[in-house]
Amino acid sequence: MNEAVKFSVRGLEVRFGDVVALRGIDLEVPARSILGAIGPAGSGKTAFLRALNRLNDLSPNCRVTGQVLLDGEDINRPEYDVVRLRKRVGMVFALPVPLPMSIFDNVTYGPRLSGSRKRGQLQERVERSLRAAFLWEEVKDRLDMSGMRLSGGQQQRLCLARVLAMEPEVILLDEPCSGLDPVSTSRIEEALVALKSDYTIVLVTNNTKQAARVADRTVFFLTGEVIECGPTAQIFTAPRDQRTNDYVSGRFG
Amino acid sequence: MSIHMQREIESLKRRILALSAEVESDLRAAVQAVEDRNPKLAQEVINGETRTNSMEVDVEEECLKILALYQPVAADLRYIIAVLKINQDLERIGDLAVHIAERSLTLCEQPRLDIPFRIGLMADKTRKQLKKVLDAFVNQREDEARAVCVGDGEIDDLNHEIVAQVKAAILERPALIDTFLYIMSIARHLERIGDHTTNIAEDLIYLIEGRIVRHTAEVSDKIRKADGVRP
Repeated sequence: MNEAVKFSVRGLEVRFGDVVALRGIDLEVPARSILGAIGPAGSGKTAFLRALNRLNDLSPNCRVTGQVLLDGEDINRPEYDVVRLRKRVGMVFALPVPLPMSIFDNVTYGPRLSGSRKRGQLQERVERSLRAAFLWEEVKDRLDMSGMRLSGGQQQRLCLARVLAMEPEVILLDEPCSGLDPVSTSRIEEALVALKSDYTIVLVTNNTKQAARVADRTVFFLTGEVIECGPTAQIFTAPRDQRTNDYVSGRFG
Repeated sequence: MSIHMQREIESLKRRILALSAEVESDLRAAVQAVEDRNPKLAQEVINGETRTNSMEVDVEEECLKILALYQPVAADLRYIIAVLKINQDLERIGDLAVHIAERSLTLCEQPRLDIPFRIGLMADKTRKQLKKVLDAFVNQREDEARAVCVGDGEIDDLNHEIVAQVKAAILERPALIDTFLYIMSIARHLERIGDHTTNIAEDLIYLIEGRIVRHTAEVSDKIRKADGVRP
């Protein structure tokens, strides 16, 4: 097994009823780097992201075939522990969803559920996670305040801190900045770039410029297929496929 | 946004083509002025320099505007970058055409020479190379651009030949040293125009293929092969 590859996806197909969301996906996600996934609406990028921590399982008519190997182990095997998988592979969604509780409790919610009770340990974890999400300096004096009272950008970073508190290996982000202003967006991007030295990050974004700014590699999805995957600089300067060229230069999508 | 950018790129395309046509015609006239000993034509080229200079500035400003306002990527980005560089080379070729015109003005005052310097042939090849690369730019032909890279070797050879001829002529007739040095200077300008033309060809290959071929073995090997030298 190649140590540098976190996810190895082989022949992945995802169907929702009769609709094929993804077909014939062969892709590797390198460890400790950011993979940006771009493509127009309905191209399959979110289905791909959700296939990496089996969130597609939650849709009743979804059928997944092919292999998704996490550190060489196929996560689609029926006996694979999904709870453990989702601890290892955390996810941040487009809309920030803080829990209706304090900032502190938001961050410690996951660790407490999985058995951590010691106040000192939890405090240490809260500070570490909030620092890593670039939020600590803004909230350190008001950890008892409700997470719901934070601004949109801060809420999204709180969600990121909540994922980090579970000490995952992979962070999946589904358009995390879609509702944020440019300053909040740049805070999230700053955090992602800092985090990649310790985590593997997969970022789905509708903003191609965001992938250009932060991703090490970029994959372009179109109608459920991978059209092109390569170093971000190459995708945005000299893509090999005309469709990639047309999409990144805004000619469609 | 894309439609606005495409419109700007179309307008940029028209500007760079206008500059190309202007520079090509300046070079043709400068060479003609040398061949026909025509001071009036030489003066026209010299007077036209301000126009090409201002066209070059306009093209650069357009490129900067498109970069700042639309942040182009992929083929669009390569086009803007290539135009920025080609623009600079065209402006330099324009300057060199003016230098040739200036030299021809001085040559008109000197006695006509009976030595068969192959300046006419060198000028003709240089002009054809420039025309070829500009046609390749218009038609987006990377094979033609490669042929231009290879063709530059012939211009370099003619330059060496003329330098050797000039050296011999100076030794033979030292009284005419000024005239001979002007001839050598024209050959040198033509050789530099050849180099700028090759730069344009290399930028064109980058524009079409997305690969930088400058300083790579690929182009120089072709030149060596064309010269019959083993790499």
